Amino acid sequence: MNLFYLISAICFILGLKRLSHPKTARSGNFLAALGMLIAIAATLASSNVLDLKLIAIGVGIGSVIGLLFATRVQMTEMPQMVAIFNGLGGAASAFVASSEFFKVNDLGIIICISVFIGTLTFSGSFIAFGKLQGIISGRAITFSGQQILNALMFASIVALGSVQQLGILPDSTIFYVIVLLALLLGIGLTIPIGGADMPVVISLLNSYSGIAAAATGFLINNQALIISGSLVGASGLILTNIMCKGMNRSLANVIFGAVGAESSSGGSSDGKEMNIKSYSTTEAAMILDAAEKIIIVPGYGLAVAQAQHVAREVADTLEAQGKKVLYAIHPVAGRMPGHMNVLLAEANVSYDVLKDLDEINPEFEDCDVALILGANDVVNPAARHDQSSPIYGMPILNVDKSRTVIINKRSMNPGFAGVQNELFGYDNSIMVFGDAKDMLNDLLKEVKEL
Amino acid sequence: MDVNLITIFILAIFVGNEIINKVPPTLHTPLMSGSNAISGIAIVGALLAISTDGEISTYLGLAALICATINVVGGFLVTDRMLKMFKKK
Repeated sequence: MNLFYLISAICFILGLKRLSHPKTARSGNFLAALGMLIAIAATLASSNVLDLKLIAIGVGIGSVIGLLFATRVQMTEMPQMVAIFNGLGGAASAFVASSEFFKVNDLGIIICISVFIGTLTFSGSFIAFGKLQGIISGRAITFSGQQILNALMFASIVALGSVQQLGILPDSTIFYVIVLLALLLGIGLTIPIGGADMPVVISLLNSYSGIAAAATGFLINNQALIISGSLVGASGLILTNIMCKGMNRSLANVIFGAVGAESSSGGSSDGKEMNIKSYSTTEAAMILDAAEKIIIVPGYGLAVAQAQHVAREVADTLEAQGKKVLYAIHPVAGRMPGHMNVLLAEANVSYDVLKDLDEINPEFEDCDVALILGANDVVNPAARHDQSSPIYGMPILNVDKSRTVIINKRSMNPGFAGVQNELFGYDNSIMVFGDAKDMLNDLLKEVKEL
Repeated sequence: MDVNLITIFILAIFVGNEIINKVPPTLHTPLMSGSNAISGIAIVGALLAISTDGEISTYLGLAALICATINVVGGFLVTDRMLKMFKKK
């Protein structure tokens, strides 16, 4: 039995390893799925008291829902989907731990930890989902005393977990209060986080869902859960770290900083008049016609407008005219790690023209046109020099080094960090206002006619 | 708490760190959804929980099983769907 769990753990490890190279990624995912199948089969075969009818019902319902999710979700909605899956992973672990509690009728510290992490992951993930889906405001929601309230809730959970062996309070009371507080804490920790910080939160919740599974493994004495849970926990933490570096912020600053709140002031650009030059798509097409090297910078606006396909068509047309086209992908562009890469892959863009920050920044020096599609904070030069800006120090794409910068935006609204972008007023910048998809469709016609 | 289990836990974290550290940004989303599917390993706990005595425990086990199955089935399938799209021309 344990031998089978070992085999499945090896499948997970090798699968994750293969998942880290584009060529082997698909087989890696398949190998991990095989590992899961082995673990499930071993569990089913090991016990003869299994309630097969109920298991069939559970697996049936879960499979149908999972299948629908996986086949229906649009690539632009991947962040929401991952948020839901993180939440369900946390919920599953919390349910297993709760079931164990009602079985043994004795609360232990491991049940407390397992239920706490699982429930927190669940409620935090669903708030993240709500924000990404637009059900809850994507802005940072803050109120005074928020962090004190969160700290108090956390302290209460720790206190309850510590005194549960003393028998001061009935076990069931402690259990329900921990569940309730963990639910509230998950909400409390997630609502003050603004939309642009979502890549960090999703990675972190991803990590929590793994840690929750590992905690449940300790509870039911199961190595398969501990190993797989730790792997996921480590992978989530690595991504969290990469995302934090992409914004030059500490994890604590992302979680407690509440960047993107309604009240956050405009910082440096207040009172400075910017000279905005608004151009038509015809004029933009003429600039592109004269260019030889073009770098496309996609952002969340591209995802919202579902403009990835027409963006690729524009790029193809320009390439057919003998121009060089590259894509610059900032690590935190979009709402989750790798969001832009998935969107552009869906639009059939080859992954070797998608360049990350370090690779692409020297390329802007001899670039004729940087075409910015719905990105904002990640191209704001204030991050390099303006110490009063909230995004100061964040590594950015140096699009302003290009000869011309064409910026497509829906309006002059500032980005999620709440900062006005000084790039828009630069001498070599021109703005083309409009929805990314409509603008690119017009641009495509113009470019084809030239 | 068993020391052996803690040993496994710590070692697995190190293994995870080693194998995932060099993932290119292109694969960040599939890594996330794929690893998420792996965290659906709680399904093993759910299968055992559903078969225990006591009505509440059984139904909590069923709830766990449904959540974990969505995670596993949906996670692996959507990861495959994404990875199919990654092409080099």
